[in-house]
Amino acid sequence: MNKQSNTYTLIYIIILVVVTGAALAFTSISLKDRQQANADADKMRQILASVKIYPASDAIISDYNKYVVESYAVNDEGQHIDGVDAFGVNVAQEIKKADSSRELPVYVCRTADGALKYILPMYGAGLWGPIWGYVSLDADGSTVYGAYFAHQGETPGLGAEIEKPAFSDQFAGKQLFKNGEFMPIAVVKAGQKPQGDEDYVDGVSGGTITSKGVGAMIDNCLKPYARFLESVRANSQK
Amino acid sequence: MAEKVSSRSVLFNPFSKNNPVIVQILGICSVLAVTAKLEPAIVMGLSVIVVLAFSNVIISLIRNTIPVNIRIIVQLVVVAGLVVIVSQLLQAYAYDVSKQLSVFIGLIITNCILMGRLEAFAMANKPWPSFLDGIGNGIGYAMILIITGFFRELLGSGTLLGFQVVPDAFYEAGYVNNGLMILPPMALIVVACIIWVHRSYNKDLQEQ
Repeated sequence: MNKQSNTYTLIYIIILVVVTGAALAFTSISLKDRQQANADADKMRQILASVKIYPASDAIISDYNKYVVESYAVNDEGQHIDGVDAFGVNVAQEIKKADSSRELPVYVCRTADGALKYILPMYGAGLWGPIWGYVSLDADGSTVYGAYFAHQGETPGLGAEIEKPAFSDQFAGKQLFKNGEFMPIAVVKAGQKPQGDEDYVDGVSGGTITSKGVGAMIDNCLKPYARFLESVRANSQK
Repeated sequence: MAEKVSSRSVLFNPFSKNNPVIVQILGICSVLAVTAKLEPAIVMGLSVIVVLAFSNVIISLIRNTIPVNIRIIVQLVVVAGLVVIVSQLLQAYAYDVSKQLSVFIGLIITNCILMGRLEAFAMANKPWPSFLDGIGNGIGYAMILIITGFFRELLGSGTLLGFQVVPDAFYEAGYVNNGLMILPPMALIVVACIIWVHRSYNKDLQEQ
């Protein structure tokens, strides 16, 4: 057979692509459940990390079920949306919508000492790619209990420092409500102050754009929760 | 490569005398990208060893059937398929590592070492030598990655594999991590230093 003929080449490449395609499809389908389980477990780990619970990798799901007592979605009026699986809400998609049509997931967590925490997810953009995180609030709906940040591809040693406790621990104790008004926490350059009187944390030096991204993410993702948190706050003061 | 070469030299030559990174200067781009920390450098090295060995074997098995005018495309399809499979396997069985390496696994496809070995060796040799050649070149690549990652993480972050190794007393005495080490240009400079040391030991590699 003439291996240089056009017919041979054409048939060869068709067979090659079909075989490769079949192999890839098979791999993808047979590993899909496992990958999804990994992704879910990783999300649970991140949610728990925001309330300072760090389970071993084989105890993530059981710890999540133990500590996260309830999860639901609210709208920007603070009302529950029925029939929405909060865990399945894709925050990356939600932030593109107008505030009024967003589904806002809330994870209610009861820590080992019995305290109630509200965990809110965040998603935004850093310098090279997406950044995301979870912030947990005390039962008063204003005091930050803990925060967790992650990123896809920020510069190691610079922007990537946002995932380190040195950065996220700064959030503990900050207030989202100042003088009864909702003000998301600002991220500023070390040594500077925001213009308003909101609480603030120091950004990462050398990671200016990532730090700004974190600030914008907090602003954009927490503002729609203002009504919900007001009602939480009102309830806790009763 | 028409002449008969021994399996031993096929496997061990790429470690030093014919190292893909510091002698052939291939795959430099990924050395820049993944060596800021040691751990991703190790995983990237392992992934390249696996992909290179298997793509070498597959290409070698079908080398006599490949039409010459589309051989590069055939090589690319095989490499791309393997890379996707490796990335899927990592996502299923080593999720943390796959998260860390994210796009870099996909970028193995563009690593010149792969195309170089497929074109120069696997197209002309039997599967077993091709397998050894893939392993050898993969290890040669991984070695440079690990050495570079070691120095960049040590001097840039004061840690190794995430554990702090530079004692706190140093920092108190005024020692500062070299932030430049974390940025990509330092990877080139570290690789250049490795090449310098390597050539001063191997005088036959020095250009006139």
